[in-house]
Amino acid sequence: MYLTQVLDADIISTVEFNYSGELLATGDKGGRVVIFQREQESKNRPHSRGEYNVYSTFQSHEPEFDYLKSLEIEEKINKIRWLPQQNAAHSLLSTNDKTIKLWKISERDKRAEGYNLKDEDGRLRDPFRITSLRVPVLMPMDLMVEASPRRIFANAHTYHINSISVNSDHETYLSADDLRINLWHLEITDRSFNIVDIKPANMEELTEVITAAECHPHQCNVFVYSSSKGTIRLCDMRAAALCDRQSKFFEEPEDPSSRSFFSEIISSISDVKFSHSGRYMMTRDYLSVKVWDLNMENRPVETYQVHEYLRSKLCSLYENDCIFDKFECCWNGSDSAIMTGSYNNFFRMFDRNTRRDITLEASRENSKPRAVLKPRKVSTGGKRKKDEISVDSLDFNKKILHTAWHPKENVIAVAATNNLYIFQDKIN
Amino acid sequence: MFPKGTKRKFSDSGDEPPAGSDDVNQPSSAAVRMLSSYSLQRQSLLDMSLIKLQLCHMLVEPNLCRSVLIANTVRQIQEEMTQDGTWQIMTQALSAANAAAQCSADRLVATEVLCRQTEAAQGEPAPKPFPAVGSEGCSAEEVVVVEEEDEGVEGGVIMSTVSPQAPTAYLPSTFGIDPCWEEETGEEEDEDEDSEECASGSEEGDNDRLVEDSRTAEQVFGTFEIKNPAPSPDPALEELFSDVDASYYDLDTVLTGMQSAPKMGPYDLLESLSSHGPSPLSSSTSCRSDLNELDHIMEIIVGS
Repeated sequence: MYLTQVLDADIISTVEFNYSGELLATGDKGGRVVIFQREQESKNRPHSRGEYNVYSTFQSHEPEFDYLKSLEIEEKINKIRWLPQQNAAHSLLSTNDKTIKLWKISERDKRAEGYNLKDEDGRLRDPFRITSLRVPVLMPMDLMVEASPRRIFANAHTYHINSISVNSDHETYLSADDLRINLWHLEITDRSFNIVDIKPANMEELTEVITAAECHPHQCNVFVYSSSKGTIRLCDMRAAALCDRQSKFFEEPEDPSSRSFFSEIISSISDVKFSHSGRYMMTRDYLSVKVWDLNMENRPVETYQVHEYLRSKLCSLYENDCIFDKFECCWNGSDSAIMTGSYNNFFRMFDRNTRRDITLEASRENSKPRAVLKPRKVSTGGKRKKDEISVDSLDFNKKILHTAWHPKENVIAVAATNNLYIFQDKIN
Repeated sequence: MFPKGTKRKFSDSGDEPPAGSDDVNQPSSAAVRMLSSYSLQRQSLLDMSLIKLQLCHMLVEPNLCRSVLIANTVRQIQEEMTQDGTWQIMTQALSAANAAAQCSADRLVATEVLCRQTEAAQGEPAPKPFPAVGSEGCSAEEVVVVEEEDEGVEGGVIMSTVSPQAPTAYLPSTFGIDPCWEEETGEEEDEDEDSEECASGSEEGDNDRLVEDSRTAEQVFGTFEIKNPAPSPDPALEELFSDVDASYYDLDTVLTGMQSAPKMGPYDLLESLSSHGPSPLSSSTSCRSDLNELDHIMEIIVGS
């Protein structure tokens, strides 16, 4: 992997490629969305892949104040999901804690000239001076990219929205908060259907929350949601209007030998993603990534340790709240590899076929553009080899929570706090 | 990894070893030491968790997932301690301490040392600026408003100023569970009323505040003893404590001050609060009488 670009930003809170990989969207803590577009490969430099340049920037969400509860609503973008492209314009859904918005991003590269009633600079012409009629013509202009909010889906969530997922029918999507999941139609903003509700009658009895949800990539009636207790429930919307009873329940039995007071916290699932094939799903908990076969509920088929060396440090990580960090994970286009982030700006990639894994670092200092990335290693034993980093010198402020993989190529986007790193493979 | 202050706190309670060793029946001193080390660790974890629950974001709604996970951890520890018999010992020691009216400064110092150690330890792996990335994993040690409810359960943090050390650890923060979540369901409630109450009361007598705290204790324990349900509260007590305390706004301003000086521990909070209004500690008589009330309530709840 080669580092090709480092881009400055506000603290990035979500990263997502569109369906073709041509566009890369990031959302940040300030409520802004920045969309990057890949350059067309130039014919005179066939060996260099297109770079991503800023295509559009817009303010998606503003900070709000909930007057009833006297609390601020953060403008931070929690998730962005692209809609499949249906015409020349691109559409995406972006959400903060409470409100989801559908944005349409369209290009304008022509403008009309030769109006009858006004001048080129917009001033109205004196009607008595007009002696002939002319038809305005379309003239090329500098490309302008406009983003406009087409739908605003508001007031459906009491708790903080953690996930949105577009359904394979391309007409509906789901949004999940800590206790409820709602189903929306993309055209209808004043109504949504509640399909999961785990709120107990007495809030004092609350022991489990929803942490992530996703629609199945091919079956539009199926979705999954994960919980803070390390369980995943697969639901079929055909079974009932309210999917409180799951069709499948995925949970790995706990290893009694490694039980501690932190067992539940580290088992909390921070992200769940279906494979592109729709046959598997991947879950991320604090220390590992697990791949599940949808046909086998009692245990995952693959488990990958992300940073097992942190297991002995759980108490410190609990003290400084790092144990609550929500890492995301992603599949590559062919489902042969998975990627997730860690601390110290490290991120990990696992090849499912060869079972090889690699740790890389996203940092300006340690990698020059176009230089091959050097694999990193964290030393766990007493002896620290050269080039290894000891666990105690890891920087827990530098966490990579959001990563994205191009749907077709080996191009990855890694968000390290307020920098976006883009890595690519070279063409052979 | 574990704060040094814990040891001092343990010797303050001074009651663990006899019952502990009776329970476990270990002949070797090494085993006993290991056990007490485990108890120490567990205690420290419990304290840390309760402090975390107590401190939520001031202006933004607290992260529900984080609160639930911490609350589950606290519950887990409490269940284990109940099985050990440690929990009962703690509460008994508490009552004994109350009776002796030992709301002495050294207990509070122990808490302060514990918290300072906690914060110092927190500083090592994750130095500030934490809030910058706190959106993903909650900011630690940012002080909060614990939202009021219709019942007017509040002043949890104030509790720490007058109670002996153990209730300082348990009561305010476990109480913190409810409001942090309950506020979410406040959509149907008339929140305007609450905010009015909040805004109106600035100067409140100590007695009112302490009365509030006693009532808080009762509700907190009620929350906590899910498996061993507490006997239903005395209706007379309920009437007695029906006053709604509106010193919340005071708490807000105090806590705002705390946010900018994160190194303050509860002992400093005590000082700020006492400078803010009539000092609860200065009048030892009111302190003692309220502790007696607290003692009374605790007896009812613990059920002897």
